[in-house]
Amino acid sequence: MIADQAAPEQRIALVDLLDRVLAGGVVVSGEVTLSIADVDLVHISLRTLITSVGALTSPVAAQP
Amino acid sequence: MSRESGFWLYAVTDSPPDMWAGLSGVAGEPVQAVQCRGLGCVTSRVPLAEFGEEALRRNLEDLDWLTVTARAHNAVIGAVARVGAVVPLRLATVYIDDERLHGMLEDRQAELTAALDRLRDRTEWGVKAYRIPVGRSEPEAGRPETGTEYLHRRRAALSASRAEDTSMHRLAWDLHGDLAALAVDSRRHPPQDPTLTGRREVMALNGSYLVEDRRAGEFTDAVAALDDTTPGLLLELTGPWPPYSFASEEGEP
Repeated sequence: MIADQAAPEQRIALVDLLDRVLAGGVVVSGEVTLSIADVDLVHISLRTLITSVGALTSPVAAQP
Repeated sequence: MSRESGFWLYAVTDSPPDMWAGLSGVAGEPVQAVQCRGLGCVTSRVPLAEFGEEALRRNLEDLDWLTVTARAHNAVIGAVARVGAVVPLRLATVYIDDERLHGMLEDRQAELTAALDRLRDRTEWGVKAYRIPVGRSEPEAGRPETGTEYLHRRRAALSASRAEDTSMHRLAWDLHGDLAALAVDSRRHPPQDPTLTGRREVMALNGSYLVEDRRAGEFTDAVAALDDTTPGLLLELTGPWPPYSFASEEGEP
């Protein structure tokens, strides 16, 4: 039935995935849904990502 | 009264749960169905110690956690999308009780059913375009002799780079138009940060296209052809994706 679901996932770039799972998808209100409570969610996560990746590679030149 | 677990939501589908229930989801928790009026909500029971509001805020800033969770979320939605129509939910949607979850499904039944029909047999594809740096011929060699000459050269260089930007934007819009013509819907995401793409080239287009499954081959062929015939832009195809960018009818910002 549903096999090999893990394999192709590894090839997906995280940044492409975050573009979609954090900015796309239906937003519904739950009791804990951060998706609507936090318009900044995308921002926060991308900042996390940029900082982490930046720290791994070279310092980001234009970082304030 | 405090609760210990909640429901992580992946997606809404109308395909039978026996096709996908039991998959392993976020935090390794099994995927289960919450059924309501013909709609199946794809969920996992998750501990609120890790997925409650406060914990989520903290965890979303942890890259390792975010990576594992986003991939698990995507893997489940991708698996469900392979067996039927799916409306993905945004990452980090957690309900703390199934009564409210049922309430949401009831309230939004018409809208979610319409979305399933709109997305059925259609798939999202991503196309990113990078500007290939043009081998700019070096302006006059040697140091400028006068201040006026310096300013003149500086202005010429600036205007050349502005013209390059303008032409890049025009190329990107044309490209987007060509791709959108092969799709039933399209969106442009903000260009990605070069730190994250790992490429030095400027990203001119970060598009998503909702394509009829029967036209998928035509679309991917067109991307390859446009890559060959669009001078100055390098194209990169991603997907197939569950229709994240088209889950809401209105355009995403």
